[in-house]
Amino acid sequence: MVQSVSEPQSAGDVSATRDLHIKAYRFMLLARVLDDKLASLYRAGKILGGVFLGRGQEALSVSIGVGLREGDVFAPLIRDMAGRLAFNESVLDAARTFLGSSLGPMRGRDGNIHRGRPKEGQLAMISHLGAMISVVTGTLFARRMRGVKGTVGVACCGDGSTSTGSFHEAMNQAAVEKLPLVMVVADNQYAYSTPTERQFACRSLVDRAVGYGISGHEVDGTNLSACLKVVGDAIERARAGEGPQLVVASLLRLCGHGEHDDAHYIETKLKASDLGRDCVKLAEAYLSQQSWADAASLASWRSEAIQKVEEATTAAQREPGPDPFVENYWAALSTKNLLEGNE
Amino acid sequence: MSITYLEAIREAQAKALRDDPRVFIYGQDVGAFGGAFKATKGLAKEFPGRVLDSPIAEDAMAGLAIGAALEGMRPILEMQFADFSTVAFNQIVNQAATMFWRTNISCPITVRLPCGGTAGSGPFHSQTMEAIYAHYPGLVVLTPATVEDAYSMLLEAVAIDDPVIFCEHKFLYYHLKADALPTEALPVGKARIARVGRDLTLVTYSAMVHESLAAADELRSEGWEVEVVDLRSVKPLDTDTVIASVARTGRLLCVGEAWPWGGVTAEVITRVVCEGYDLLDAPPQRLNAKDTPVPYHPNLWSAHRPTATSIAAAARKVLQR
Repeated sequence: MVQSVSEPQSAGDVSATRDLHIKAYRFMLLARVLDDKLASLYRAGKILGGVFLGRGQEALSVSIGVGLREGDVFAPLIRDMAGRLAFNESVLDAARTFLGSSLGPMRGRDGNIHRGRPKEGQLAMISHLGAMISVVTGTLFARRMRGVKGTVGVACCGDGSTSTGSFHEAMNQAAVEKLPLVMVVADNQYAYSTPTERQFACRSLVDRAVGYGISGHEVDGTNLSACLKVVGDAIERARAGEGPQLVVASLLRLCGHGEHDDAHYIETKLKASDLGRDCVKLAEAYLSQQSWADAASLASWRSEAIQKVEEATTAAQREPGPDPFVENYWAALSTKNLLEGNE
Repeated sequence: MSITYLEAIREAQAKALRDDPRVFIYGQDVGAFGGAFKATKGLAKEFPGRVLDSPIAEDAMAGLAIGAALEGMRPILEMQFADFSTVAFNQIVNQAATMFWRTNISCPITVRLPCGGTAGSGPFHSQTMEAIYAHYPGLVVLTPATVEDAYSMLLEAVAIDDPVIFCEHKFLYYHLKADALPTEALPVGKARIARVGRDLTLVTYSAMVHESLAAADELRSEGWEVEVVDLRSVKPLDTDTVIASVARTGRLLCVGEAWPWGGVTAEVITRVVCEGYDLLDAPPQRLNAKDTPVPYHPNLWSAHRPTATSIAAAARKVLQR
């Protein structure tokens, strides 16, 4: 059931493959530029709360975003800037949430990575790891009851989340119900500071697919082509009714857990290994090597990304924060007559 | 015709399923088996594909209900015993309860918790969970004490756009009977005067309403007229009705089956003392279960929870001051 990765090569349509790579690369670049900008703003003291980056995970994450369609469901986790942007999130939504603007989707009520627009298919994660997976299964379960066909849901997590009871309960539930769930696990070698040998004892996390009775797929998370192929195929298998799919990508987190963390504990050997390669640079080299992008295109894409990020972060910084005396922030129920009266 | 508290819960679910295509029931053994207590008896057959067995996975059960609610459904979750909802606690209090506040999208799930003690059930099949859920913002917590309320409040729970914790008391399942299902009811959020009196206000909810009414009967033979207030919902808590009653009687005793620390009885007394201190002729008192796990043996169990006898004894102390 566990399948190995083969180099993606579409037989016929090279131009579609090229376009997909270019689209994916540009979202990876945008995510990287935005993450770098957020890290700078954090160091300048402009961010309210923490900053958590997807550096090193863009190839995997973007493959989800470009593989999903409008109407699908996506539950990103903290290192999915690339996937969020490629699915449907605006740079401004991200900037506003990190910078505490009252105009963002979370209106100052929640910050940074805890953002989403559930009505548009992007769920707003809570911090408790593994908790979003069964929410995705719930959306898919409801759609099946309502006769909605052809949509899929993707949930993301890291190696650490796979140790939770929530992960296990939700994976088993999705398998029992044969729901079109794609579970994408970024095995980035550390959960905060805890190395994988203190996290799990199986050969590879993909082996867990056997236990759930679902399909499992491994992929080199530093390789954009491989990620596009494996994640894309998993999404289409789920869409075709083949049940839940588990994708486990090997890669290395190229930053701390958050920007407060210098990641001194990451082994030098790992950084120097293939896992430690930067997927954005690899993707750029691949585009050049395929002659799908020349130096001028790469430069213009980069400056376009920088411009978008600068515009969004500048705008968000100028926007008002929430005013506790203007909007009613103190109502936790939508049913107003059931509020206790202390709002 | 006679209908039990448990049958009322089944009938309310049948009506919800019949009237609203968005409603479905999800829980352990709720399908063809009809539930551990038979609260969903026959419903899987009557409503194919809408009353579904879940794996033993309370966290994922709640997560699934939340996801379905985001898609516009009205899930009813049956926890086999309220005690097991602790496994789903994270999803309920952190995911469902924060959803509307964080995202401006409501999360209409109903979580049925068969709660409370029955003889011989022991520490893990007897708990009452209303206080810990009421502690969290974003949840409505209902504690019906009558057959009529079990029916009407469950229907209202399903209709409410926010997550509702429906605490149904197992002790009342079979014993409590009514002649017919109600055609009208007090809305959620309003307490009920279960018995009128002038000497003492006894505030309580769920199964303790019946113990309190029995205590009031006993006290009547001694010349005391005790007013019994059935809270019906502990969140929101109908402070107005409680304080109006205390204004008439000048004395307050709160009774709850839950543990004493920081619970519903503590909340009621706090509100009365803060908002109606001058109405009191004696220090308010409360009676709860003892601060230990719920015992298995009936001898211990009946001494652990408040009973008509212990409630009457506590009431006399307030009355005689």
